[in-house]
Amino acid sequence: MAIDKSMNVLIVDDYKTMLRIIRNLLKQIDFNNVEEASDGAEALAKLRASPFGLVISDWNMQPMTGLELLQEVRQDARLKTMPFIMITAESKTENVIAAKQAGVSNYIVKPFNAETLREKIEKVLGHA
Amino acid sequence: MHNPKPLPSALPDTQILARRLAHLRTTYPAAQPDMVADIVRAILLTMHGDLSVNETALLAEVEDLAKTVANARAEIAALQADDITASHIPSATDELDAIVVHTACATDTILEACESLDALAPSLDEATSRALQDVTTRIYEACSFQDITGQRITKVVATLKAIETKVNHIINVFHRDDLGAAPPRPAEDATSLLNGPQLPTSAMDQSGIDALLASFD
Repeated sequence: MAIDKSMNVLIVDDYKTMLRIIRNLLKQIDFNNVEEASDGAEALAKLRASPFGLVISDWNMQPMTGLELLQEVRQDARLKTMPFIMITAESKTENVIAAKQAGVSNYIVKPFNAETLREKIEKVLGHA
Repeated sequence: MHNPKPLPSALPDTQILARRLAHLRTTYPAAQPDMVADIVRAILLTMHGDLSVNETALLAEVEDLAKTVANARAEIAALQADDITASHIPSATDELDAIVVHTACATDTILEACESLDALAPSLDEATSRALQDVTTRIYEACSFQDITGQRITKVVATLKAIETKVNHIINVFHRDDLGAAPPRPAEDATSLLNGPQLPTSAMDQSGIDALLASFD
């Protein structure tokens, strides 16, 4: 079964440049329904307001970080199974462990390439 | 002569001394710490003959300490430390902020051009379209430098601000002859995992992260 690329994808980053880059890379692999949020709080509001099939989030944001967003998502009965990929410059072992313990689906370290993004999305959506 | 109020003997010596100094400062606001130091030194010198070997050694240590403090004051004054907080650090912070703004503008321009190239793809044959997309993909990937450099610069700005705070504290202590409390250390909280980008020599790469994640499965 092919991946449903018509799904809504929420990308979360406080750098507008990164949002634009990820949006364009997603477009190149045929994910065209992309919504943006600039921090965890805005993302959580969007996730609770509309259906999404995937979240791709940065970690280092204020007022709500990507890790806090992930924890909120996993505690929300309606969102807890949401595929959630962290894309971040935080590459310390304790960060990866904290994200994994919070229930992250996969973890991409910045700077990343398009192939890594495609591979992780396919893996998370169950088509590795 | 105005007699200081008796102090409870249970207090540590340092607190008793601090209270007596505060009392003297209130009673004789015109008195300078250097004058007090001179008087104490003169009194101690008159006691010289009555001191034991250990007390004499201690006195020498105290005198050395006083000289060290005086030298530090002179060196800090010579450094014109006020310039560090008044001019150097704000200027460096402004320059770094300008770098962030300029690189963001330049990256936006590059991305806009790249998106225009992508928009041409449907009008090209398949092979050319794919080749064009390969190129724009590499440009998109490279443009993420702006995020990484932005985070690194933010870390440098935070470091500069920490230096500014500490320099200000040192200046205040020496200018006011006031041993005020050290600036509070920021509390560690959930954001302590916000380390920002690692230097290439100490960073874990994607394969390291994949292996770490796999170890949980």
